[in-house]
Amino acid sequence: MGSPIAFALAVQPFLSLTNISKSYAGVRALEDVSLTVYPGEIHCLVGENGSGKSTLIKIIAGVVQPDAGQIVINGKTMHRLHPIDAIREGIQVIYQDFSLFPNLTVAENIAINHELSRQKRWVNWREVREIARQAMRKINIQLDLDATVSEIPVADKQLVAICRALLQNAKLIIMDEATTALTEREIRSLFDVIHNVQRENVAVLFVSHKLDEVLEIADKALIIRNGKVVLDVDARELDRSKLTYYMTGRNIEETVYEWQGDSDKPPLLEVRHLSSRGNFEDVTFQLHAGEILGVTGLLGSGRTELALALFGAIPIDAGEIALDGQPIVLRSIQDAITHRIGYVPEDRLTEGLFLESSVGNNILARVLDGLKGSGQLLDRALMKATTQEWIGRLSIKAPHAELPVKSLSGGNQQRVVLAKWLASKPRVLILNGPTMGVDVGSKMELHEIIKQLAREGLGVIIISDDVPELMQTCNRILLMRRGRIVEHFDRRQITEMDLTQRLVAV
Amino acid sequence: MQVKKLFAKQETLVALTLFGLCLVIGFINPVFWTAGNWFDLARSATVTGIFAIGVLIVLISGGIDVSFTAIAVFAMYTTTVLLKDAQYTGGMWLFFVIAALIGLGLGLINAFFIARFRLPTLIVTLGTQSMFRGFLLFVIGSKIIRDIPPGMADYSKAFLFTVTDDRGVTVGLHSAVLWLVAIAILAFVILRYTMLGRGIYALGGSREAAERAGFNIARTQVFIYAFVGVLAGIAGMIYGGLNRQANAQDIVGQELDVIAATVLGGASIMGGRGSVIGTLLGVMLVVVMSNSLVLMGIPATWQRVVVGAIIIIGTAVPALRTLRRQRRSVNVEPETLAPVGGRT
Repeated sequence: MGSPIAFALAVQPFLSLTNISKSYAGVRALEDVSLTVYPGEIHCLVGENGSGKSTLIKIIAGVVQPDAGQIVINGKTMHRLHPIDAIREGIQVIYQDFSLFPNLTVAENIAINHELSRQKRWVNWREVREIARQAMRKINIQLDLDATVSEIPVADKQLVAICRALLQNAKLIIMDEATTALTEREIRSLFDVIHNVQRENVAVLFVSHKLDEVLEIADKALIIRNGKVVLDVDARELDRSKLTYYMTGRNIEETVYEWQGDSDKPPLLEVRHLSSRGNFEDVTFQLHAGEILGVTGLLGSGRTELALALFGAIPIDAGEIALDGQPIVLRSIQDAITHRIGYVPEDRLTEGLFLESSVGNNILARVLDGLKGSGQLLDRALMKATTQEWIGRLSIKAPHAELPVKSLSGGNQQRVVLAKWLASKPRVLILNGPTMGVDVGSKMELHEIIKQLAREGLGVIIISDDVPELMQTCNRILLMRRGRIVEHFDRRQITEMDLTQRLVAV
Repeated sequence: MQVKKLFAKQETLVALTLFGLCLVIGFINPVFWTAGNWFDLARSATVTGIFAIGVLIVLISGGIDVSFTAIAVFAMYTTTVLLKDAQYTGGMWLFFVIAALIGLGLGLINAFFIARFRLPTLIVTLGTQSMFRGFLLFVIGSKIIRDIPPGMADYSKAFLFTVTDDRGVTVGLHSAVLWLVAIAILAFVILRYTMLGRGIYALGGSREAAERAGFNIARTQVFIYAFVGVLAGIAGMIYGGLNRQANAQDIVGQELDVIAATVLGGASIMGGRGSVIGTLLGVMLVVVMSNSLVLMGIPATWQRVVVGAIIIIGTAVPALRTLRRQRRSVNVEPETLAPVGGRT
């Protein structure tokens, strides 16, 4: 890695924070945090949710003022950093939602901020396209300039956001959880782009809680926990277990799921030659009670569509599905629910939760019919008991059940979605990206919960392209490519490396 | 690919429907293709068209305005009363200037509540619609004024040119259509070639992103609602002039038809999308439809049903298309390349 650190020491740092502290209403968010970023350096900021990462980003962007500490940018001490100063000094934040205009074209999205900052009144469309083209050339990418942003993949949206940031004369690009919605292959190409950005002598502060990514991309890493720096090192000195240890403050053992059942017994769910035109073809597999079956493949391989078809949300054109040996017909989601098949969607924020509603209401949303007392009215006591039961069983960390779900952390939100389905006592549970956007600590706990459920006899299907996750939870893994199952692995007969290679192979 | 893109556009769809409809109606009743009928269509489309362009700009910005009809009638009636009392005998231009200024003032009231207090646009304009109308009827007057000033009375005969057909009837194209043309061009240029216009699209696409990018949201909104007010004032005055009377009970009630024509023309009720061309096509489609029902001898009450049906079909088609695109998202491999391994 031609890392610039070796000679960067002689160079003036672009950004240096010294002893930054910040409290919100008496709660310490950051304590004595120091960070130095050199031009052209890829610096990873690592920490679990709630560790203070986002506060630190906001301070660098000038959105939040620190209570104490010093900020020096380009050798200038900033006494009070406003967002506009940060932008002028070349600090660009790419937020998780990218802040793009979904209704406008790629070209306009890339150029619009630039045009605005030049205080133009008229739009010259030739110039807009030319600006966009130049920005793309800088990082060696090509996108359709006339495509509407709402219709391009997430990975491309990110590239648009990066191009836009570069146009603002960025010296430091902060990427907040940039890879959350990306597939393995998209992450690869994003990393190439980041290296191209680096070549322009622009520094990147890469905020992440995904260990593999940090190990791969970082020149340096700053690990924070509970608002304090626990480690500030050259990335070459890091490995996975060290990273996990510093991030969570404990050693987490990675265990494998061994299925104890008997594969000669009739399966719980059997799918034979299932096809859905335009989505997937000729899919055949079995799932026994107590099994955790992984279904993997790149985005667009048909993995999500298969899950949706098993949940009655996508029409099936051919083939059959049997539950306990009895053929069943899934024409609607209602049919799937009747047969006690549950589905936890990928995008829990828009599909899985009523964000404004309370934790309790979310958990009970699926089972209200079962909570009727006398006279068709809801039995309050029973409702409360059910809520408490699931909060306890999934150890959901919520001060109380009346709080809106949106106030919880990602990991706890995911548990609420799980609880919602588990309360309806499903026999087959399909989990699509069960730990997307969840930090390492909660991820491991979620995995343990899923394994425990399977041990109790639930049949689980996990749709994911997070290879370590599949390796830690599943006893069998199916690989899909372009709508077909192309390989079928026993967990014990494959290594993580193998699976990753098969997954990204064309 | 280009052709496919063209056909995916709502504008193309509306244009084709409009064209087909014209052919069918013309076939059933040849009167449809006479100059007189087309001059009539242009006249009917003028007021609705100007309103629709105002609505378009509001919809693109992610808002909705239901008060423009109240502004229109307020401006028209008040202007007529003022100039009648002043015994003004000059030309129509002064009517337009005063009506536009009144429209501007009322539009600024909307803008004030929307931009300053960030209130939902529907609530604000529902409120102001009621206020403007109530104030007009209670304070200014509610009687129909038939004895209008001469300048306004003459305006109804301000034809661009006239044609005498075979039966000896003289028909003319009214000059009010020039207002529509000028306003359409102005709106097109603003929306397409100014940062202000792009700001309106940006605001409708994502308010938060627009703020972060540095657009001045409040200023943009003030422009939008003030501009709509001015357009409403002018359209109201044209309406009064064409009808040769000032009726304080008129116009209000048309707002949903106008919004519907705009949506039919491809503007998104959710904001961020819409074009001037599409809007004009949408307005023409609704106007031709109503006109044709008359020509075909279908009772006027049925027009409401038909207009409603067109709106639902017109908005359902693009929605269905989006749904289909979402459902068929994977490119399935035609043949299995690797055998399905059975290593259980």
